[in-house]
Amino acid sequence: MARLGHRSVAPGRQSSQPLTSVLLAGAVVIATSAFAADTLNPDALKRLVHQDCGSCHGLSLKGGLGPDLRSQTLQHYDQDVLTGVILDGIPDTAMPPWRPLITEEEAEWIARYLLQQEAQ
Amino acid sequence: MKQLILGLAATLMMTSAHAEPTATGDLGLVIERAKGSVLLVDQSDRAALARIEGLGDLSHASLVYSPDERFAYVFGRDGGLTKVDIVTRQIVNRVVQAGNAIGGAISDDGQLVAVSNYEPGGVRVFDSNTLELVADIPTGSKTIGLVDAPGRRFVFTMWDSGETWIADFATGTPEITKIPDMGKNPYDALITANGRTYITGLFGEDGLTALDLWAEAPEPIRVLPDYGRGQEEMPVYKMPHLEGWALTGREFVLPAVGHHEVLWIDADTLTETGRTQTHGQPVFAMARPDGRQVWVNFAHPLNDTIQVIDSVTKDIIHEFKPGPAVLHMEFTPRGHEVWISVRDANKVMVYDTQTFEKLREIEADSPSGIFFTARAHRTGL
Repeated sequence: MARLGHRSVAPGRQSSQPLTSVLLAGAVVIATSAFAADTLNPDALKRLVHQDCGSCHGLSLKGGLGPDLRSQTLQHYDQDVLTGVILDGIPDTAMPPWRPLITEEEAEWIARYLLQQEAQ
Repeated sequence: MKQLILGLAATLMMTSAHAEPTATGDLGLVIERAKGSVLLVDQSDRAALARIEGLGDLSHASLVYSPDERFAYVFGRDGGLTKVDIVTRQIVNRVVQAGNAIGGAISDDGQLVAVSNYEPGGVRVFDSNTLELVADIPTGSKTIGLVDAPGRRFVFTMWDSGETWIADFATGTPEITKIPDMGKNPYDALITANGRTYITGLFGEDGLTALDLWAEAPEPIRVLPDYGRGQEEMPVYKMPHLEGWALTGREFVLPAVGHHEVLWIDADTLTETGRTQTHGQPVFAMARPDGRQVWVNFAHPLNDTIQVIDSVTKDIIHEFKPGPAVLHMEFTPRGHEVWISVRDANKVMVYDTQTFEKLREIEADSPSGIFFTARAHRTGL
């Protein structure tokens, strides 16, 4: 599993569990990637997108310090490109890498979610 | 008959209004970000009094108060500027003044309300009575760090171009002074309580940049330009806020960017006097009004925790977890209590700042910013 090998991009981070295990803290301390993949939690991911991505991109994703993330704006991006941006950030911009906090499956889910949102 | 009843009801209401005037000095508003409402709260009773709805998208919303502590001007993310009467508990006016806004300020005389906008980038200034547009100041950039300064002035900074502008409304038509080279990607700013020093935090480079607003021609003053150099930066999942940069005795304390620490800076010389390692990326580092303690909250995913730092020893003296997603803290004006919004617990929690005992939990819907009316009398708030 390539994903685990990439978790070291942010040395010194205190929390490197995938989102699912953060939310289930105490239930499963060491989440395996298979476990994470099997237990994608859409509600938790939606919450992450709107509340935490939303701190730069706006609660309704209309943009803020970071750009507009509504589906009509993102349509010309491939899902894979978006997934890569979510996982690794964009150097020299305020977009951070989320790889320390979420799995590849979770990033793929978010990219798909962003592209498929109803036009607002 | 119906009219008579309405008339009677109105008379009764007026009578009771005369009998019990509403004192607003210990009231406050809590932003309910998801619902587009504000919760009117009473600091002394530690209670919610009323919910006022219909304010639009309130993610990242903030507000300022009129000098008489009766009206709140609420700045919404969707560009909405809403004037709320906290005595009658109603919205009295609302304009949608831009597509995407980030904050606002009220002039020292209370007559002008300014809003800074991401889209279209710039500042718009409104009459505080009527909310009619007084001035439109396009900047061509996402505009951040808008504060009021003494002398009917507003100061604000551009994320994209790294300029700070001072708009002087003393004579009616605004006179704009532009100060270039403040640094790369300023993300927020504050003004000291005496209105003299404006400091902007930089995301795109190390350090901060200050302006002495008492100078004839203010020049950028670099603060901690070597801060963080040679150290690996950590990802920033939420930009710190600088409103809470606080003066503790002779020092400012402020959140570092990309590092898990707060920085202490001598207020006179603007040189570093210390660092305190913290639990995570600080978002707010707020001094208790007496300056003796600094309370710090953190970015996702460590945003369930608060640390309290003693400003004399610079040591962490208390750490606790109020709950999921601690977004904001507001001290009572003399600092004996602190109100903390815990978004995902749907609660505002009130703590004693001496004993750290929890005194009360107040139900609120996804609460974020908490604003007590005492802010009406503070420059920069």
